[in-house]
Amino acid sequence: MDIQTFVFFFLSAILIFASMRVITARNPVHAALHLILAFFTCGGIWALLQAEFLAIAIILVYVGAVMVLFLFVVMMLDINIDRLREGFWNYLPLGAMLGILMVMEMGLVLGSKYFQVPAADALVPAGVSNTKSIGTLMFTDFVYPFELASLILLVGMIAAIVLTYRGPKKSKYTNPNQQVFVKAKDRIRVLQMPVEKD
Amino acid sequence: MFTLTLSHFLILGAILFAISVVGIFLNRKNLLVLLMTIELMLLAVNMNFVAFSHFLGDLSGQIFVFFILTVAAAESAIGLAILIVLFRNLKSIHVDDLGSLKG
Repeated sequence: MDIQTFVFFFLSAILIFASMRVITARNPVHAALHLILAFFTCGGIWALLQAEFLAIAIILVYVGAVMVLFLFVVMMLDINIDRLREGFWNYLPLGAMLGILMVMEMGLVLGSKYFQVPAADALVPAGVSNTKSIGTLMFTDFVYPFELASLILLVGMIAAIVLTYRGPKKSKYTNPNQQVFVKAKDRIRVLQMPVEKD
Repeated sequence: MFTLTLSHFLILGAILFAISVVGIFLNRKNLLVLLMTIELMLLAVNMNFVAFSHFLGDLSGQIFVFFILTVAAAESAIGLAILIVLFRNLKSIHVDDLGSLKG
């Protein structure tokens, strides 16, 4: 067994363990932390498949941004874990049976001899980096999907801000409606008082 | 001589996908873990894309993984924002509390 195979099975074992913990963890914080481990391990497997750019990108994007967002939200919400876990054991037999069935079916199909493809020749010629080839492809053949992807990110950002924005409650501001209906006597009060003499 | 073939990576992706489907069954009441299992599902799909890209010698698969990462980032940002608004209004993220539109 060469080193590549050993690394693959080692990382796969960690990946499957981490994803099992994601779905069975009692505390959502533990689930999020195991999801981080799963993404990290997946980055390792992708590096094994000579996809260096994506291996780094998944660690930067997922571990660095998405999972930090998840952890923020998990820690901000004050949730009742026991109530969220109800029905967990009731659904376990059905879910586990379905999962084993799915793995067996897909294993039968994907393990057949048609998928025993040995590795192709090197994707990128020697001396050219994976990142450079992806960049070249992205800005030539896939330039319109790339622009669309930026638009999707913009829409996501605007949606997240609009959904969670609560208006300028803390700062001083004027209400135009009240301003229009204001009358002079609301602003100035004329007092009648006796003149004081020495 | 034992060598890694395409089916090893595809079966790993299938196992990941099945685990996340089981996760949706088990954590039916917990919206947070549901979002996490969706991320795991997208990871399984991405694994297939990268494996095919490597074994068939076509870089387009890796470009598609990049786009899936973009969509997944936007999706989780909007999903978590909705979750926060929900928690502000209901003080709970339990799925059974979300039935106010039910007739």
